[in-house]
Amino acid sequence: MPPNTALGKDLVGLESLTADQLRAILDTAEAFKEISERQIKKVPVLRGKTIVNAFFEPSTRTRVSFEFAEKRLSADTVNIASSGSSVVKGETLVDTARNLEAMRIDMVVMRHGSSGSAQFLAERIPSNVINAGDGRHEHPTQALLDMLTIRDHVGRLEGVKVCIVGDILHSRVARSNIFGLRTLGAEVGVCGPRTLLPAAIEEMGVKVFARIEEAIEWADVLNVLRLQLERMQAGYVPSLREYNRVFGLTRERVQAAPGELLVLHPGPMNRGVEIDSDVADGPQSVILDQVTNGVAVRMAVLYLLAGGEPEKAEAAKVDGAHG
Amino acid sequence: MAERTIVLKGGRVIDPSQGIDQVVDLLLVDGAVAELGTDIQAGGDAEVRDVSGLVVAPGLIDLHVHLRQPGGEHKETITSGAWSAVVGGFTAVCAMPNTEPPIDDPAAVGYVAAQGRRAGAARVYPVGAVSVGQKGERLALVGEMVDAGAVAISDDGRPVSDSGLMRLALQYTDTFGIPVASHCEDLSLSRNGSMHEGIVATRLGITGIPSAAEEAMLARDLLLAQLTGGRLHVQHVSTRYGAELIRNAKARGVQVTAEATPHHFTLTHEAVIGYRTDAKVNPPLRPADDMEAIREGLRDGTLDCIATDHAPHHYDEKEQAFEDAPFGLVGLETALGLGITELVEKGVLGLSELVERMSTAPARAFNLPGGSLRVGAPADVTAFDPAEQWTVDPERFVSKSRNTPFTGRQLKGRARLTVVGGRVVWDADQGLDHARQQARKNA
Repeated sequence: MPPNTALGKDLVGLESLTADQLRAILDTAEAFKEISERQIKKVPVLRGKTIVNAFFEPSTRTRVSFEFAEKRLSADTVNIASSGSSVVKGETLVDTARNLEAMRIDMVVMRHGSSGSAQFLAERIPSNVINAGDGRHEHPTQALLDMLTIRDHVGRLEGVKVCIVGDILHSRVARSNIFGLRTLGAEVGVCGPRTLLPAAIEEMGVKVFARIEEAIEWADVLNVLRLQLERMQAGYVPSLREYNRVFGLTRERVQAAPGELLVLHPGPMNRGVEIDSDVADGPQSVILDQVTNGVAVRMAVLYLLAGGEPEKAEAAKVDGAHG
Repeated sequence: MAERTIVLKGGRVIDPSQGIDQVVDLLLVDGAVAELGTDIQAGGDAEVRDVSGLVVAPGLIDLHVHLRQPGGEHKETITSGAWSAVVGGFTAVCAMPNTEPPIDDPAAVGYVAAQGRRAGAARVYPVGAVSVGQKGERLALVGEMVDAGAVAISDDGRPVSDSGLMRLALQYTDTFGIPVASHCEDLSLSRNGSMHEGIVATRLGITGIPSAAEEAMLARDLLLAQLTGGRLHVQHVSTRYGAELIRNAKARGVQVTAEATPHHFTLTHEAVIGYRTDAKVNPPLRPADDMEAIREGLRDGTLDCIATDHAPHHYDEKEQAFEDAPFGLVGLETALGLGITELVEKGVLGLSELVERMSTAPARAFNLPGGSLRVGAPADVTAFDPAEQWTVDPERFVSKSRNTPFTGRQLKGRARLTVVGGRVVWDADQGLDHARQQARKNA
């Protein structure tokens, strides 16, 4: 196993990464973007590496994004999904870890419903572990692609005001964004119904906005989170209609922004709930850029955890060398 | 002829019940304290123990342990728990009723008491359930359970949500002079929570349990104790305002006693960082301000007792994602060391006050024999070295379980000799093997 990569053994979350490490990922991703634009979208960077994509929660876009990233780097991949496999809650984590270890794989990309599951796995197997979302804890590659998208459009992250809107309480995307953005010098705000903001959120160094209008007034960037239907069923918000009326990103609200406003959404969207279609499809929206950047960011993470050096990313694209 | 005569010579006897703290010999005859005096000479068949350099105290009493039998024998048995207790310096423990099935009738109470006697280690006092099946619907057979040996009733593990039932329990127990030991938790506020609700839970993405979940129910129980005149014992107080509520209630004359655990006076919610399931406990570890308040409560006597809430779990059960792992940690073998290291060494309590909180006050709270070295009191004695340095190594626990957040911690103070009913059951000089062998018998 690579003992000392630019990122360490695993990517469990952004909380523990330094500004240099975050920049290394984003810069490497920048270099890798071009691969996806080629006629033949494949470089031999991870040739001979075996990667397991273990998704114990339903996911389409994250899993597909990782798979594209892995295949474009020439890795051999296997997918495990919770549905239809022998993976049952209670048996999963320890035995899954041991079984994966026994198959002598190089990397695991894991999505799991329990907060802390990625760290749990990382502490128990020698392979590299990449967290593709653990419970309500972190979703580091999503935040990295959000940050890359903001950097692409604004030109920097330092001093940029980013407000995350919606269900912060249950959101791993929000936590990873808060950690990563703050480390790179952005200002971070959150906005949502108080029932969906976690306790002591201010102590994470973010501004709290009670009203979406105030958030728009303040922010350069809005990252709008999906409102899960079950939040309404659990009583956190009285109705989706009311949510849209109070917190929804409508054209009127976006047009009232004092300056340029960039709108992100990690998907999948509930059109007409947290975001209206004319905003999602409008000029401020960079939602599809996020998807494109997702593949590049994940290629960068895979490359760096495999021992690749950030400054050799350009060369690696040609000859497959990674230090 | 005396069944057994033991002389503990040259120890520093600390007995808060009599205000004694001096180097003096202690004579135990026929399972009772016979004499405290200088230079006691016993007959030829007497067992003489040199305890110079040790503190000789009335045996420690733990009002709150989970011995898991019946139903959870893979975690602990009454035997292994009773042996774990004496190694930790406890001469008596009170076994909570949330077993499988629960201890909710006289036969079950009798079973626990009988298993405790068979263990031949610490005394095991059964605590009965408040309600039939711990379902929170109707009162269990309180009077018959008392006749069978129950010393209290408790809803620990499955809190009584119905205020009317709690009122009945506090009224009905009055006849028998036993307290209702309450695990204060409003389940509608704590639902799905796994740790204290605060910045650490927010960072880790773990659903939190607010302090108010404990305090709201504690306030209710104090008001019901006031209403009924019943005796309330509040278990494992963990918050500043919880301690404050008890302080106020005591000032009003409410009949209430309260306990605090070593983990709540030693650790904060930061112990959970890294998803450490051994620090997952209910009520949860709280912020430093609450921990300080628990220490203050122990110092001013608002919190009468130290109790461990010894809650063994099998390795496999804790080897899970944080939110899937069960609550609880083992405490019997670390409590005395934590009390000395965290409270005495840091100036919160004097040594005599610590003995009071771990022996005399618990005996008083549950009307148990012991807690005193008066002539005629049971010969339950703990001799401990308050200066012995040691490192917590769960592999050496006599308990069947290893779930402690204190692994590797340096502690000061350890039991050297534990005497129950005039019989030496734990002697540190003879090593742990004997205790461990005994603990695995009758399981």
